[in-house]
Amino acid sequence: MLRTSMARRRAASGGIEALYPRGFWPAISLPGVLWLIALFVVPFYAIAATAAGRLDPIFGSSIPEWNPLYWQPDAFSFVLDGLASPGGIFREVFLRTIAYVTLAVGLCLALGYPVAYYMSRLRGRLRNAFLVLMIVPVWVPYLMRIFAWVNLRQDDGLVTRIVAATGFVAPQSWLDGRPSTVILGLVYGWVPFLILPLFAALERIDASFVESALDLGASPARAFLRVTLPLSKQGILAGTVIIMLPMFGDFYTAQLLGTQKNAMIGTLISFYLTQATAGPAQGRGAALVIVLALLVSSLTVYYLVSTARAARGAGR
Amino acid sequence: MSQVATAIRGPAARAGRLRAWLANPWRRPRLLALVGWGFIAWSLVPVAIAILFSFNAGRSRSVWQGFSLRWYVQDPNLSVLHDSILAHAVLQSLKLASLTMLIATPMGVALSIGLARWRGLASTASNFLMLLPLVTPEIVLASGLFLVFAHLYVPGGTRLFGTPAQLLEHVTWSIPYVVVVMRGRLFGIGKEYEEAAMDLGAPPMEAMRRVLLPMLAPAIFASFMIVFALSIDDFITSQFLSSGEGSITLPMLIYGTGRTGENPSLNAVATVMLVLSLSAIGLASLVLQRVARRRGTGEAAARELVRFEI
Repeated sequence: MLRTSMARRRAASGGIEALYPRGFWPAISLPGVLWLIALFVVPFYAIAATAAGRLDPIFGSSIPEWNPLYWQPDAFSFVLDGLASPGGIFREVFLRTIAYVTLAVGLCLALGYPVAYYMSRLRGRLRNAFLVLMIVPVWVPYLMRIFAWVNLRQDDGLVTRIVAATGFVAPQSWLDGRPSTVILGLVYGWVPFLILPLFAALERIDASFVESALDLGASPARAFLRVTLPLSKQGILAGTVIIMLPMFGDFYTAQLLGTQKNAMIGTLISFYLTQATAGPAQGRGAALVIVLALLVSSLTVYYLVSTARAARGAGR
Repeated sequence: MSQVATAIRGPAARAGRLRAWLANPWRRPRLLALVGWGFIAWSLVPVAIAILFSFNAGRSRSVWQGFSLRWYVQDPNLSVLHDSILAHAVLQSLKLASLTMLIATPMGVALSIGLARWRGLASTASNFLMLLPLVTPEIVLASGLFLVFAHLYVPGGTRLFGTPAQLLEHVTWSIPYVVVVMRGRLFGIGKEYEEAAMDLGAPPMEAMRRVLLPMLAPAIFASFMIVFALSIDDFITSQFLSSGEGSITLPMLIYGTGRTGENPSLNAVATVMLVLSLSAIGLASLVLQRVARRRGTGEAAARELVRFEI
């Protein structure tokens, strides 16, 4: 009896957490936290240390400099020069990456929004079926999905044959470095990841908002533009960020569906870091990673700030 | 009479009806339905064709030459079973996925419970740290890990590239997903059951072992399966941290030979990968669905699966 009331009182004051042995919660969290520090935080530092590192006096290869006091800007200025100066060696690849990603995200939105909207209007069994069919591609390994397109677009592939059979378009090789093939590959690969958060946002919209807009005399198009679209803004943002992050680091889609002509930033990073290990390549690769990370994290931060603002607005 | 009227009004009336039909927001969204189901077809048919042609008796990518298991088992040189590179990639992926599952899931489960209960600044910081990998492009983590395994984590001068580095990386990548999956269920359960057990006299550890953990069992199982599927799916970091032929995983194999490979055996190996990944996810959703049904909410399970990816 006494113990019961004590447990209650303690539970009321500090929650049941307080009944467990002291330090129990930090202790069971510790392995995971230490793991993430050793294999997530330290690697991040290693990128900075390598980008700002020095060169081996004998072999001329990059060596990370762990002490920030001795950091040097050589690799950075090389990369920035290659990006910013007209005719710089990274400029073309960088602009191409931004163009591909922008176009692919735009197409994903144009395609994904109606699909997510349709899905949010379905009810009952049909909706469950649609949701399951929507989730399947998310869990089909990405490279298999891209590989499926490689098959279809080979010179003897089905798409090539069907297109040739219609006779409207002259037979062509789709895989010889066409931007359209790579961009469509990116859209195919990532659009399901955009649709799911978009669906979640559209589904949360109270139907009575749209109804009141219509009752007040708005045309359906206007009701959509003034009510549904603004209310789904968070979903659009979330989905866009979710698919932009991997797209900016992509090199495999461009490699499988294109040629060297379609190289993206990821292609350069992968080349500098893992293949061209001689000379200052690694430092330059690391500096490129930092440029990419800054670009991407500015997007993420914008998203987080906007989400926080929306949450505050809703709370008011 | 009315026929005459219609004949006279003719096109104008038709246009009016069209406008009324377009303006009616409660009409059946036929065009949207077309886009929706067309999209589903577009997203599934290419994969279905790849699977179909893995059973093709011949080499063609576009002409059906009869059903056979030639590219899986029968062909003495080129089938998944007999081509040593293909078979090894299957084994490497399975080995990595199983080990990752066994290491990452317990650690992630402990972390999720710990973070849900532990209060204070260090806990907030850990929570933030745990979420960071989810918003980091994989290529950034892959580059960082490549550099630490090249320069820093070199025990006794041996480089860990290959299976050890890949395993460490897969675990790192999986932990946050486990925490996210577990957290949904942890908050769903609440603390009442544990409290009741303790009020009835159970010591805290006993309450955790006999009340909380059994209630978390479905989510723990789902975590195992999701980690398995994530590991099978992983490409960039596996590629960065590989060393030679011994550490080629299934996605790496497809990346390496997808363009040049002439044989449908690559379709077969991709199908094996798809079956591994989807069956893990299928099992996870099955278990979650049963739990959701017991709780009486219809589509909650599918919804939970959506959340994993976001």
